[in-house]
Amino acid sequence: MARNVSTGRKLITTVVAWTIAILIFFPILWTFLTSFKTEAQAIASPPVFLFFDWTTENYSEVQSRSDYLKHFMNSVVVSFGSTLLGLLIAIPSAWAMAFAPTKRTKDVLMWMLSTKMMPPVGVLVPMYLMFRNWGLLDTRTGLVIVLTLINLPIIIWMLYTYFKEIPGEILEAARMDGASLAKEIIYVLTPMAIPGIASTLLLNIILAWNEAFWTLNLSAAKAAPLTAFIASYSSPEGLFYAKLSAASTMAIAPILILGWFSQKQLVRGLTFGAVK
Amino acid sequence: MGSITLKNVSKVFGAHAVIPSIDLDITDGEFVVFVGPSGCGKSTLLRLIAGLEDVSDGEIIIDGRNATELPPARRGLSMVFQSYALYPHMSVRSNIAFPLKMAGEDKAAIDKKVEDAARVLNLTDYLDRKPRQLSGGQRQRVAIGRAIVRQPEAFLFDEPLSNLDAALRVNMRLEISQLHQQLKTTMIYVTHDQVEAMTMADKIVVLNRGRIEQVGSPLELYRRPDNLFVAGFIGSPKMNFISGAQAANHQAHTIGIRPEHLVLSKDHGTWQGTVGVAEHLGSDTFLHVNADGIGTLTARVSGDFAVTHGDRVFLTPDPQRLHRFDEKGMAIR
Repeated sequence: MARNVSTGRKLITTVVAWTIAILIFFPILWTFLTSFKTEAQAIASPPVFLFFDWTTENYSEVQSRSDYLKHFMNSVVVSFGSTLLGLLIAIPSAWAMAFAPTKRTKDVLMWMLSTKMMPPVGVLVPMYLMFRNWGLLDTRTGLVIVLTLINLPIIIWMLYTYFKEIPGEILEAARMDGASLAKEIIYVLTPMAIPGIASTLLLNIILAWNEAFWTLNLSAAKAAPLTAFIASYSSPEGLFYAKLSAASTMAIAPILILGWFSQKQLVRGLTFGAVK
Repeated sequence: MGSITLKNVSKVFGAHAVIPSIDLDITDGEFVVFVGPSGCGKSTLLRLIAGLEDVSDGEIIIDGRNATELPPARRGLSMVFQSYALYPHMSVRSNIAFPLKMAGEDKAAIDKKVEDAARVLNLTDYLDRKPRQLSGGQRQRVAIGRAIVRQPEAFLFDEPLSNLDAALRVNMRLEISQLHQQLKTTMIYVTHDQVEAMTMADKIVVLNRGRIEQVGSPLELYRRPDNLFVAGFIGSPKMNFISGAQAANHQAHTIGIRPEHLVLSKDHGTWQGTVGVAEHLGSDTFLHVNADGIGTLTARVSGDFAVTHGDRVFLTPDPQRLHRFDEKGMAIR
């Protein structure tokens, strides 16, 4: 039976939900608004909200001072590259752990997750030295490798959870029907896990796109993605809030748009298997 | 040809021997049913034959060829699963075509075989649908279609009807039996339902705790059960067992008499008792009689026999149909 919800109660819930949503959204909105202010208006006290002279000069200045497109392409290559490489490794790994588990599978999964609990700065120096020695510093390849490695545990965990939901009998049927292991994964497992793989892919692209610690420390000019592009507008040249905001808006816009159009897929993927 | 021989086959999971050791011969074209209570190892045995589980010891010979180490696909067997195990993202056509595609057959040959299988199974109108758009019976037919296109040496069925409702189950039972007569291919069928076993099998293998209790035709098992387990498992309602003085009168530790072999009378007979519950099926009536000094006995009488709860009745066993068992539960013949 459906619960009776009074109008008053509905109103309160709606107001609370909107308040929380606006609180979460506010910093992004403020950044967006600031990007259209002059530097003086950006630091004005009391702050101006909507009534200021809208200007796009921050955007043109940011574009003229640093090449947005180059950083954008670096971000695309690094986030998509690391995600695809991660999936290539994670699909067979998750398959093995979901469908051919051993006594140690749970331990391996926990161990992989535990690497995410370690503060990255703890391994910064050895990583930096290795990257320097192998000539990977400030290269897209280097960033793809490091982002693949740091996000691999999450990709494997997510895929493992999705794969566990797929009935083993279907894979056994494929085996009886003459499918080799590779064909079983290509023709049966992967198409069935598409919703899960898609949401893993999206989430991981977002994580990789936003990753700042490794991308800032292991890149300089050539391979610097959008995170470095934003960072270049902070301290060194004094605080230019309006330009920093313009750079931030330009950097987050693509991933925000991607997230907006794929939100259904993301929510479905993240709640996959929660209810049978 | 589809003859299958198991030699000392065993399966051990950890320290637990699910199947201690089994020898079995299945001849070409036979319809063999593995039957037993849940957990008796019948599905495990089927999976060992299929190659989905590795044997711990022993040999599996298929068509004179040692198949013990062969992967499932190379054993020439097809399997129909309890959950149908259809590929949900493929159409009915692609599901049925999948094994042929895996075998690398050309498209024209695949199309023809799929159409033929669909015709046999009345699936022609559904070829372009997805499995989720089909009813349970249709899904099961697709699973069977996928199994027959390969023209395997033998079919393996793992409780294929247990997800269907009662009426559909009876229909599909008949369809599978007809398919067997048509194809004349060896079929191994696992079920816990002794009615399915009795109605479909050429040969029944009764399993209990990983061991074969008896192998024989349905009527052999019904008429001459080797032991108490088989006697109790085959036949519905279950055989009545009586031990103590009544059994000693027949020089046995336990005697068994099937409900349909007890003659009921209102005025004379061997054992007297009170009717506890009367189950009227129309054609027959099952009476649960509390026999004095013996316990509850089930009798099957004609549906016309007027009797109700609380009536005093007499029961007389047909001496020709009385089964005698020793203290180990083995039949005395």
